[in-house]
Amino acid sequence: MKKTLGILMILVMLGTGFLFAAGQKESGLIKVGIVNLPPEESGYRQANVEDMNTVFSKANGYDAKQTNTMDNSEQIAAAKGYIRDGVDYLLISAANASGWDDTLKSAKDAGIQVILFDRAIDTAQSNYQAAILSDMAYEGKKAVEWVLSLGLDKINLILIRGQMGSAAEIGRSAAVLEAAKAGKLNIVADGTGGDSWSLEEARKVVEAAIAAGKDFNVIYAQNDGMAQGAVQALQAAGISHGKGGKVKVIGFDFNRFALRNVQAGYWDADMQCNPRQAAQISEWIKSGKMPSGVVYQEELLLTTETITDDLIAKWGINADPGKGVITR
Amino acid sequence: MRKLIQTFSHLFLPLSVMILLIIINLIKGADYFSISLVNGALYGNIPNILFGASELVILSIGMTLVTAASRGQDISIGESATITSAVFVMFVLQASEVTLFTIVIAFLLSCVVGLALGAFNGTLVSVFKVQPMVASLILFTGGRSIAFMIDGKLSPILANDISNQIGTVIPGVPIQTPIILTVVFIVLVAVLFKTTTLKLYVEAVGINPNAARLNGINPKKIIFLTFLIMGVCSAVAGFIAVNKAGRHDSVNLLKLIMMDAILAVAIGGNSLGGGKFSITGSIIGAYTIEMLNRTLLRLEIEPAMIKVFKAIFIIILMVVASPVVRVFAKKTLDRVRNWRSPSSQSAKLTTTNIPTRKEQ
Repeated sequence: MKKTLGILMILVMLGTGFLFAAGQKESGLIKVGIVNLPPEESGYRQANVEDMNTVFSKANGYDAKQTNTMDNSEQIAAAKGYIRDGVDYLLISAANASGWDDTLKSAKDAGIQVILFDRAIDTAQSNYQAAILSDMAYEGKKAVEWVLSLGLDKINLILIRGQMGSAAEIGRSAAVLEAAKAGKLNIVADGTGGDSWSLEEARKVVEAAIAAGKDFNVIYAQNDGMAQGAVQALQAAGISHGKGGKVKVIGFDFNRFALRNVQAGYWDADMQCNPRQAAQISEWIKSGKMPSGVVYQEELLLTTETITDDLIAKWGINADPGKGVITR
Repeated sequence: MRKLIQTFSHLFLPLSVMILLIIINLIKGADYFSISLVNGALYGNIPNILFGASELVILSIGMTLVTAASRGQDISIGESATITSAVFVMFVLQASEVTLFTIVIAFLLSCVVGLALGAFNGTLVSVFKVQPMVASLILFTGGRSIAFMIDGKLSPILANDISNQIGTVIPGVPIQTPIILTVVFIVLVAVLFKTTTLKLYVEAVGINPNAARLNGINPKKIIFLTFLIMGVCSAVAGFIAVNKAGRHDSVNLLKLIMMDAILAVAIGGNSLGGGKFSITGSIIGAYTIEMLNRTLLRLEIEPAMIKVFKAIFIIILMVVASPVVRVFAKKTLDRVRNWRSPSSQSAKLTTTNIPTRKEQ
């Protein structure tokens, strides 16, 4: 027994020794602590985490540590750990917008620059250096502009919302509700894909509208999966859609399968929600030109006319089914 | 006749709920049952319900068995289905040409994975005596991450004709394929239960595992077996779901479906504490839940309130069909019957009521 314990102790000591040796080798790199949500959260997050991994790599001159968790207190603990470790930059996408004040202040006191990405935190602007965010209201506005520019006689729209109360849902719905209030369009059905932005739920929303005999010509689905579900319902009911079809379909998020559907004229448009903040942040760090305050990302809306292979390759997220492949 | 009444009383809860929903739907619009032919396939509210509920029906069959034998629930079914379907998708995608043979092999492979996942949960529950909900919590928490590792974190696309036909319709067949697959699965389960004594064994273990053991039934084996069946159910549900969606979305595939599956078991008139069970009830329960979801949409309840309404509706249903109300209804019925046939004495009937049930 004692013997095994002894061997174990030696092994542990050797192990830590190796770890320290490895740690020392990496000096000279820029130390970055990344606090993010786990890839299981969404397709958006998958691309986001992947992007962080590729940009903040050793090859690019970074010594990055990453913590991905959905638990806000775990996130705060991880951030505090990075502050103790003395990182140069702290990158945070917070699970919860509140409860971060103390952590951010201690980072500031330690001289660490905090950059928020994707998600804002409710705190004084002096507590962080910069925030790079997606403006959901801008996305909604741009998408509604596209809907209004279609030149339809009367716009009868089915609104399929995401998780009720989420920032994306509120921002993307706001523009539609505003336009409806102003009498520019008519919402014939208002549904939600629920907390999981579910394809099946979206399909049911459209099926219910069809069963109720509603006349509609636009589907505004707040993510790609729900747009797919909506189109499945149209297909099953034999209603034409996409280029030259009766119903115009727009999705959000720029999944590559969705972009290929737009390219093939199966859908009409897709609005970007860019998860790739890492390159921009890296540029700020490397150039030393760090902005202060909130910076919104430029985001694209692609239609059957404006879409190209290069744009799909550059901006799309997740797997690419290949040119001409329709995901039904 | 008495036996018929007894089976009916077993199905009293699910059927009454379903009839109530049908009435609400008919009030909203008389064309509820209308069916038309679109692109060579039947289309209408009923086909939509059958189509939409297919995964839930299959999962609730497995859930009924697990509940009956282990007196607990498997909450990892959605995650198991995500893992099995990830294996299915990856096998199909590595094939150079997708033929029916590839799909069948991939499906069988995913069933094997389903069995393995079922065996994992089953071992924890039967051998190590972990509570089913706690045991399945492991896969519930980690399942989607495992699926991620399998599918390469990229939501791969299943864009081949056969998958598309499994998810929609096969040309020339007027019924959507998921509906057919569900019916085939139900028939297979029915055959399994008609030809074996599994139902009796599961019920015996669920009612009293020690008594079952003394009568020569090994409770461990039976509980393990129900989890294996659950694993296969997950694999089949995952197969249908991923072919319907046309891509493998590890994040959202069959997310939180165990809630509806457990609810289906409860609406089916089954006790969540194990023991006697009715698979027919659970199947009706699953279709009822789908019908309820669609009814709420049909009533055009605003999206922010839809969950509240679902909850309120379920509470009302459970209270209306609860044993207390059922006993009350039965008593009133007996009273009415006695009043109609004065020869029998009411006092005698109420006292003999319980012993006659025991005899059965």
